[in-house]
Amino acid sequence: METNGSRNRENFEVREHDVLIIGAGGAGMRAAVEAAGKGLSVGIVTKSLLGKAHTVMAEGGMAAAIGNVDPEDSWRQHFIDTMKGGKFINNWRMAEIHAKESPDRAYELEQWGALFNRTPEGKISQRPFGAHTYRRLAHVGDRTGLELIRTMQEKVLATDTKVYMETTVTKLLQDASGRVVGALAYTRENGKFIHYKAKAVVMATGGWGRIFKVTSNSWEGTGDGAILAYDIGAEMVDMEMVQFHPTGMVWPPGVRGLLVTEGVRGEGGVLKNSEGKRYMGDYDPERMELSSRDVVARANFSEVQAGRGSEHGGVYLDITHLGYEGIMQKLPTMHEQFLKLADVDIAKEPMEVFPTIHYTMGGIKVEPEHCATTVPGLFAAGECSGGLHGANRLGGNSLSDLLVFGRRAGIGAVEYVEQNTHGTDIPEADVQTEIRRVLDPMERTKSDKDESPYLLQSELQDVMMEHANLVRDEDALKEGLGKILAIKDRVPNVKVGGNRLFNPGWHTAQDIKYLVQVSELIVRCAIERKEKRGSQWRLDHDELVDEYGSINFITKKGPQGEVEIERREIPPMPGHLSELLDESAKGAKV
Amino acid sequence: MQATFEKVRLGNRHLEEGVQALSSVAAAWKKLPWWVEPFTVAGVLIAFGIYSTAVIVFAGGQYEQYISPFFSFTATMDTPAWAPAFITAPMLLLWIPLGFRATCYYYRKAYYRAFFWDPPACQASAQTKEPRSAENYRGERALFVLNNVHRYFLYASFFVIAFLWYEAFRTVFTYDAGVQIAVGSLLWFANIILVSAYTFSCHSFRHLIGGNMNCYSCVKGGGARRKTYNFVSRLNAKHPQWAWYSLFSLLFTDIYLRLIAAGTIQDYVLISFGG
Amino acid sequence: MTENGNSAARAGAAAVADDGPKKTVKLNIFRGTEEDGKEVEYEVELAEGMVVLDAVLKIQAEQEDDLAVRWNCKAAHCGSCSAEINGKPKLLCKSRVEEYEGQEIHVQPLHAFPIIKDLVSDVSWNYEVSKGIKPFTSDEQAPFTMYEEDVERLYEPKKCIECFMCQDVCHVLRTHNKHEEFAGPRFFVRNQWLEMHPMDNQDRLEDVKEKDGVGLCNITKCCTEVCPVGIKITDNSIIPLKERVADEYYDPAKWLMRKIRGRKSMTNREAEAAKNGN
Repeated sequence: METNGSRNRENFEVREHDVLIIGAGGAGMRAAVEAAGKGLSVGIVTKSLLGKAHTVMAEGGMAAAIGNVDPEDSWRQHFIDTMKGGKFINNWRMAEIHAKESPDRAYELEQWGALFNRTPEGKISQRPFGAHTYRRLAHVGDRTGLELIRTMQEKVLATDTKVYMETTVTKLLQDASGRVVGALAYTRENGKFIHYKAKAVVMATGGWGRIFKVTSNSWEGTGDGAILAYDIGAEMVDMEMVQFHPTGMVWPPGVRGLLVTEGVRGEGGVLKNSEGKRYMGDYDPERMELSSRDVVARANFSEVQAGRGSEHGGVYLDITHLGYEGIMQKLPTMHEQFLKLADVDIAKEPMEVFPTIHYTMGGIKVEPEHCATTVPGLFAAGECSGGLHGANRLGGNSLSDLLVFGRRAGIGAVEYVEQNTHGTDIPEADVQTEIRRVLDPMERTKSDKDESPYLLQSELQDVMMEHANLVRDEDALKEGLGKILAIKDRVPNVKVGGNRLFNPGWHTAQDIKYLVQVSELIVRCAIERKEKRGSQWRLDHDELVDEYGSINFITKKGPQGEVEIERREIPPMPGHLSELLDESAKGAKV
Repeated sequence: MQATFEKVRLGNRHLEEGVQALSSVAAAWKKLPWWVEPFTVAGVLIAFGIYSTAVIVFAGGQYEQYISPFFSFTATMDTPAWAPAFITAPMLLLWIPLGFRATCYYYRKAYYRAFFWDPPACQASAQTKEPRSAENYRGERALFVLNNVHRYFLYASFFVIAFLWYEAFRTVFTYDAGVQIAVGSLLWFANIILVSAYTFSCHSFRHLIGGNMNCYSCVKGGGARRKTYNFVSRLNAKHPQWAWYSLFSLLFTDIYLRLIAAGTIQDYVLISFGG
Repeated sequence: MTENGNSAARAGAAAVADDGPKKTVKLNIFRGTEEDGKEVEYEVELAEGMVVLDAVLKIQAEQEDDLAVRWNCKAAHCGSCSAEINGKPKLLCKSRVEEYEGQEIHVQPLHAFPIIKDLVSDVSWNYEVSKGIKPFTSDEQAPFTMYEEDVERLYEPKKCIECFMCQDVCHVLRTHNKHEEFAGPRFFVRNQWLEMHPMDNQDRLEDVKEKDGVGLCNITKCCTEVCPVGIKITDNSIIPLKERVADEYYDPAKWLMRKIRGRKSMTNREAEAAKNGN
């Protein structure tokens, strides 16, 4: 604990750890368990309370090719499905690791107390899901994410990991050589600053769905981690890839965008338009409702565009065939959600649904083995990192991603800490400068130019809805970019009232910078990728373009703070993987 | 296994529909001020206490083939010579149901709320009315730790249940060796069914039958234990209702007996043979 | 800044005023800290299907930018937005404004814990309690062979979203401040599934009795009444634990049987199999 000095000097606490983990969702906690298990001192910083991270919202399940229900399943088929779903711009090595290791991660959860639904043979049950060839999702009803996060939380609490709840990181700190040696944060409860010194930092902050108005994401999904990393020079990959979940609630307005689990379609739910037609046959006659999310989302969108939408501008999702009993057993949360919030009994009537922003495939570029970013000392895992899912994520691949790469990031951080003996000190002036910047929206004197953080955020969300939504074209994107840059110029004018004591206005004022920057990256990349691939759907280039099938768009902060975009060739796949895809293309199941 | 699960669910559904019909009543009940419930419960329990004490101290318990449930087993007994004067015959057995109900997990809730106001209800405003100071509260750690004897009252209650069933069947046989089914018999059967439902929906019974096990598939006969446990669990979900219904059925049965004995009403015979 | 927010709110209202006067709703929201706080009345425009959290966030965005409220998923999955509406713990995201038609709406923070500010209480005590519970431990190696019929009753306690409303409403904590001696309903729920898990090998009954203070619970069921995911906390978690504690500490017959048979340390599965001669 350092003491107060001159007038402009702010008190701050110093905390030292070997590994600092930012974000307490599935990935962050898995990394923490790994590092703490190796005897290192670990700290986890989270914006919320422990166990409230967005992982809790995952409903359907965790993809793992354990073959309990369909013994033909294998990591190879899981790999193929993932690559196909991602339209082949995935990082193939990550897809391979993910497919191979997720069964172990599922068993590991069970070892730590997670309880999945069982098969009659007493094994973990698996359910079908969109674009998975076999029944593959380990699940527990429609609250698998809750089971995962609670299990990880209890595991973390059983280690010596120190958890800093409701604490917001505002900056990653680097030493003179550029490596990450800690972070600055403040506590939301009372606005006290903490300087974390750490030899390695793992970023696990999740996605940025909050840049859109209609989203299934909680307030937390503001892209902090991605932009904190971007700001210190980390490379980002395929930022244009934002997943629209085909089924979000549309009515009443307050719940617009709230997720309707893919499990509904997994359990046989059918999509119908206002004419009562089951239309998925027109879009993907083979897989129908269980096609990949990008396809189903486009289909739902197209039906509404063509004037065949429901009363409130959605399409109908019907699960009434399951009956009350089946629904209460398989989808109790959905039943409750619709009954309570929309006065709809899904056992008797169909749901109204429309695509909602759900997941961000793009993110911090990481090296596949140990999730190291391009900045030394910084690792990233989970939704804030990019690569595994390519242009479109398959349902159920997220929970397994968290654990597979959370663990690997933990291992990476441990090895890095063990191999490096550098100090973690930085000049105090750097800390003080950052503190002043963070306090500015509260301490600056009022002026006519002041902006409300809430309204600015809302304005940005409107821009993203209008210009970078499910359907995109060059003119709209460029116009949107102009608007985003205009908002960016206004960010320094954000002003809030109140004091440091649990002040959401002040907290929102911090988020806005991330939201704007991440939006800019998305729109810029979306302008560059002139094709229809996965989640990227350009009306002005409405087809798959081979040329783009072998490149990732890498973004990086330039020397003047500008966005640098690079088209980077995807390295050729090794023979044992490319053979799998070739055989699969010939129609063979592997 | 899946199929049985479905069946269990289906059974629940019918139950739930019935419950839904009651839920509008429940909703109206919830709208009342919080103090209505503790006062009502206290009032009913006190009234029952006064009535039953009066009956067992001052009244007889048998009329023709009917035996009041308060006088089960003891209706024709004399008070033993060694007993003090204030002991009457029914008291020799009634300590069992009294103890069973007094230590019952549901009645505990009812009297902690109604008599001790600890708490009287759940609302913030009600909880501030708790009379006990924060420090004095010992919950079921001090005197009320004795409530753990509940299971022994349960075991004893099995005997009481047996007598009550026997006496219910006896109502079918009239004194002149005939067989008849009268409204009284229906009442006696209704009573013992409700009392049985209350007794076998007991939390201690649920524990005894399967709640104390962690793995049914690991043991011989585990499947049957599990099925019984699940059945008892469903009964148990309505334990408070059984507690009240059976309390009232005891009361009505006894009142009915006194009314026909006094000739106020006639026991209506539905079917009769011989005699 | 408040003035700024207000003017923005007016501008917003003007923009939609063309289709007649909008319905509004009044909320009395606790503002301030533990030592210095009082209810303040706010009026917001009513939207169809609006939940109380929507109204609170609208006030935050348009009128009081420092109004503190915790929330995350807004879908009743995460259990962050617990508060007290008209004296009863509720998830703000699941409480429709229409439910309170004809009544005043009073929104207060959870009172069983120290209030930080406005609708936010310091619930960190719960995480300390959680840390003190023996975690799941098994001698066996996953993948487990474990049957639906053995675990079906464990899904219910596992539904808990840790909203801590049961902790808030429990008079043992709220009125009698037994935070030192009593774990609260939430953690009996956790102890229950751990104790009943067929693969777990730990014995927590002594902790449940001594450290977690199950005896302080007088089963008055307020926790069950408020659980937003419908866990029958009292009947299915606390009472089963009380019965197991009774087996262990208050039942002379069981005590005698243990003396005769002896006690072995093994997993639940093994113990049960051994007991039944399999």
